[in-house]
Amino acid sequence: MSNATQDHRARPSASTPSAISIRDLTVAYQQKPVIWDIDLELPKGALIAVVGPNGAGKSTLLKSALELIPRTAGEVLVDGAPFRKQRHRVAYVPQRESVDWDFPVNALEVVTMGTYRRLGWFRPVTRACRERARNALAQVGLADYATRQISKLSGGQQQRVFLARALAQDADIYFMDEPFAAVDASTEQAIVELLHTLRSAGKTCLVVHHDLATVPRYFNWLVLLNMRVVKSGPMDETFTAENLRKTYGGKLSLMSDAISAFSQQAKS
Amino acid sequence: MTWLWLDTWIVVVGILCALSTGLLGNFLVLRRMSMMGDAISHAVLPGLAIGYLLTGERTSVWLFIGAVLTGLLTAFFTTWINRNAKVEHGASMGIVFTSLFAIGLILMVGAAGNVELDASCVLFGAIELTPLDVAWQVSLGGVVLEIPRAALVLSVVLIINLLVILLFFKEWRLTSFDPDMATANGFSAGLMHYLLMALTAVTTVAAFEAVGSIIVIAMLIVPPAAAHLLTDRLVPMLIWTALIGIASALLGHLAALTIPPLFGFEDASSAGMMGVVAGCLFTLAALSTPLRRRT
Repeated sequence: MSNATQDHRARPSASTPSAISIRDLTVAYQQKPVIWDIDLELPKGALIAVVGPNGAGKSTLLKSALELIPRTAGEVLVDGAPFRKQRHRVAYVPQRESVDWDFPVNALEVVTMGTYRRLGWFRPVTRACRERARNALAQVGLADYATRQISKLSGGQQQRVFLARALAQDADIYFMDEPFAAVDASTEQAIVELLHTLRSAGKTCLVVHHDLATVPRYFNWLVLLNMRVVKSGPMDETFTAENLRKTYGGKLSLMSDAISAFSQQAKS
Repeated sequence: MTWLWLDTWIVVVGILCALSTGLLGNFLVLRRMSMMGDAISHAVLPGLAIGYLLTGERTSVWLFIGAVLTGLLTAFFTTWINRNAKVEHGASMGIVFTSLFAIGLILMVGAAGNVELDASCVLFGAIELTPLDVAWQVSLGGVVLEIPRAALVLSVVLIINLLVILLFFKEWRLTSFDPDMATANGFSAGLMHYLLMALTAVTTVAAFEAVGSIIVIAMLIVPPAAAHLLTDRLVPMLIWTALIGIASALLGHLAALTIPPLFGFEDASSAGMMGVVAGCLFTLAALSTPLRRRT
């Protein structure tokens, strides 16, 4: 409980309701906890990185918050109201490997899926939906790839199609699971620009990220997770060697990543 | 070879079966659960047996309801074992449908005893006999059409499947492609999964009662799998499935009439030949694909 409430008191900006409040969230598979007693208050308009070692429960945190996997305990509030009532304001970008890219759809059709929520059940896709989807595709630089079957896109382009689909939802809060995983440099740059565009539009982004070297440059709020929340707070206060050691334990290779991140941060 | 009204009806029943199962088969193939139709069509046996034991009739609607319910149970138990016992999806399906099928056999042989509900009939059906079971006589300008019960039942099933697929088309596309994103958006992938399972149960039970299970399982999977090779868009895939299904039924019956006599045998089973033709069409599709994909 401690971190969240302290932040709450310390920060005047936090007097407005948090974009995302997670309270006492626990998820367990067969009595084994995957994430344990998560308490998080995440501010509106932040670019939030969720960081932790493999198996720390990062994806589980996102999926249980979105009610995709059952919670053992806990609640999730979006802008002070239960997630179920705020579904339409949240966009989810799953891991790229979670779907079958041989599925018979083209890029535009995938992006159009982002508009379905607004349509609701039964109602067929309209021309306006496709137009929104086209704009979203253009925003990620894939305007020329609309009619391409999705297996014929590169990994980075596939990731951008997923992001365009989230854009087409026109949500306020974006949950992204490893959008930077195995993408080319130009896609990485496109995603970073997109995150900044979203931030300047007042959107909140919760992003699972694996590359410690780029965490402080891309994000301004950090959640360190290893089954429990090790620390959550503004990047400059939270991204410390001690906190990272607490999160990753003695894993040397990861620590050397972190050290290079510090040196890069010092340079900039 | 002589072509009778009988032959026309056999082909019509075959086409209706191919269309109603193939429509669902597309989504089973895309969801990587092609064998679910096979599992369901075997696992319905205890439902049929219990329905028979309770009512004592072979054609009671309770047999149908019992079969559909056990079909749904198969889908439910498979998911449950897969999730909770961490057994891989194919294996959990194998566990569930073989157990249910075995229970069905025991019920039929042991409890139902020497009744006319016999296992080989349920499994292999007889499309050749369907035209003899006339449900409805219509007179059209002097020509009396004797519509077989199987054609009537399968038409109703086809219409139901068409309506549900068209009505929920964007939901099928979304939940089949990305179930997590769909669920997060309020389009419950679980709900659509069980709707598909219910339709599959209704369709396989209705179809195999009429034509036997081998052709049902073949038409459920083979035309959609071939169609998936021929196109990379969903609507053309549905259309290809329908065309391949129609061709399999027509060519299958023709082959059953013409090929065996060439070698001095009697006619072969039409249902079997329809399955064989579907397999051949799949092979053609598979052979033509690398050429097409290279361009």
